[in-house]
Amino acid sequence: MTAAGRSAELAIETRGLSKRFGHQLAVDGVNLAVPRGSVFGFLGPNGSGKTTTIRMMLGLAGATDGSVSVLGLEMPERFHDVLPRVGALVEGPAFYPFLSGAANLRRLDAADPYAVQSTRRSRVEAALERVGLTHAAGKKVRAYSLGMKQRLGIANALLSPRELLVLDEPTNGLDPQGTREVRSLVRSLAADGATVFVSSHLLAEVEQICTHAAVMSAGRLVAQGTLAELRDEGKVRIRLVTPDAGLAEGVFARLGMTPMGGRSNGALVYGDSRQTGDGGQTGDGGQAGDARQPGDAVEPEAVVAAMVAAGVRVRGFAVEQGSLEDRFVALTGEGFDIAQ
Amino acid sequence: MPNRDMATQELAARASSGWPLLASELSVLFRRRRTWAMLLALAAVPVLMAIAVRVSSAVPPGRGPAFLDRITQNGLFVGVTASLVCVPLFLPLTVGVVAGDTIAGEAGLGTLRYLLVAPAGRVRLLLVKYAGAAAFCVVAPLVVALAGAGIGAALFPVGPVTLLSGDVITPGEAVVRLLLVAAYLTVSLLGLSAVGLFLSTLTDVPVGAMAATIVASVVSQVMGELPQLEWLHPWLFSHYWFGFADLLRQPIAWDSFGSNALLQAGYIAVFGALAYGRFVTKDVLS
Repeated sequence: MTAAGRSAELAIETRGLSKRFGHQLAVDGVNLAVPRGSVFGFLGPNGSGKTTTIRMMLGLAGATDGSVSVLGLEMPERFHDVLPRVGALVEGPAFYPFLSGAANLRRLDAADPYAVQSTRRSRVEAALERVGLTHAAGKKVRAYSLGMKQRLGIANALLSPRELLVLDEPTNGLDPQGTREVRSLVRSLAADGATVFVSSHLLAEVEQICTHAAVMSAGRLVAQGTLAELRDEGKVRIRLVTPDAGLAEGVFARLGMTPMGGRSNGALVYGDSRQTGDGGQTGDGGQAGDARQPGDAVEPEAVVAAMVAAGVRVRGFAVEQGSLEDRFVALTGEGFDIAQ
Repeated sequence: MPNRDMATQELAARASSGWPLLASELSVLFRRRRTWAMLLALAAVPVLMAIAVRVSSAVPPGRGPAFLDRITQNGLFVGVTASLVCVPLFLPLTVGVVAGDTIAGEAGLGTLRYLLVAPAGRVRLLLVKYAGAAAFCVVAPLVVALAGAGIGAALFPVGPVTLLSGDVITPGEAVVRLLLVAAYLTVSLLGLSAVGLFLSTLTDVPVGAMAATIVASVVSQVMGELPQLEWLHPWLFSHYWFGFADLLRQPIAWDSFGSNALLQAGYIAVFGALAYGRFVTKDVLS
């Protein structure tokens, strides 16, 4: 496939994108490739350069080095062709506190030279309805809760039909109900064919709604791909609860499986250095074995069969996929420290 | 990708001018409580002045602001006197607030990033913001002049007006002159607005830009008072601020109006260019 053809399939592409603030390199040579039609999770601890990258994508900040193209066009040069097709929520919602929610949206819609004036009111009403704010449309934003402002921010991104939505921490400040609504909203937007770029530090959120993800750490892009690729799919972990730990170890070894974890609280736990060390469960006198299955070589059912054949008393057996959290912690380090 | 090209062309065809944004800007500015408070404060100046003159004994000629002694003879002079009183401080103060708030206010609220992503376009936003500040420069002196004429007409007799040149004009003509004075002050404040617009692009803290703009107007006037800086005087934006007395002669002397307009146009060009240079390349991180 030619480079041009590849670029056309990408909703967002950054090439060696860098941003320097004084001596600090906030974003360092980022090569993002966001396929069209994907729901793309942009992960990273606080301060890892996510928002700065988004600002450069939207032409709010200039790149120190490298380039960005959005919807196949160079940014910021082609902003007037690109941005009307992009809805954005950047670093939290911001509104005029002395205007009502609806008046705020009309104001921001008026700033878009391509927005059709005659449909402004109806589009604002539709956007407010979509985020469940119809009842508060006439209320001054000063009186809105954080969650309501967040919803209004999302409504602003939905004022016109968009090909790309850039949502920076969209569920920030939302209650569980609101979080669920945002998730279903993102899914419905994706179903309509829009590309959705969601930045978040909430892994569970990304895991539930995204098809692709990228991980930032200290200004660098440390991983990107489909969610399956990132989860290290194919490497299934097996959690075994048994009183016959020694026997089970032998069976695992014969199957060519490696232990993940160590001994803790008297329970036998398997794992490796990439594990967070979240121990196995222990029953009454039972011990948990936790092993990683390399490749697809051994089927989980074969493991059970082998255990039973060897006389291991199987009290519990679970097949676990590598979680995004494991991968995330492996890439960005333990603890959500603010990157220096 | 033909459909994408079409999308681009379709957008280009639909692109409107900046008028909806300007209309939105004006409605936000003039529906804001702060704007109303400032305009009411300006209107209070002639009202307080007229009431003070009305309840006290006759003002001896030559004391107090110019024309004050004429108020009792003709109520329309309240508008002129109040304009004169408002020139050095009250008008620059309110204009400083509006002009200093233009970009920094949006940055402070965080709405600047949403306007730019909309996309308002940086040049267009700058023009619209300046137009909003200029609209305030039209309204503010008008409020002073008309509130003055109104309260004057209510408290004092209104009749033919004797001009500085000794000619007498009808009250109708006098109102036209009063509007000309307001227009003169509008032009006078446009340079200060451009300074405020530029200062506003330098910071995300609107109060800072407002204070800096007001300080600029004070500094300009103080320098205008220093004889040592006489060479500089014609270049100060406040140089012609008090020159509107020429509009109260028969025939009208337009010289100071023209010189003032030229000077203010120079300030608009210089500080408009500086604001453009700063804002177009600015990283919006607020």
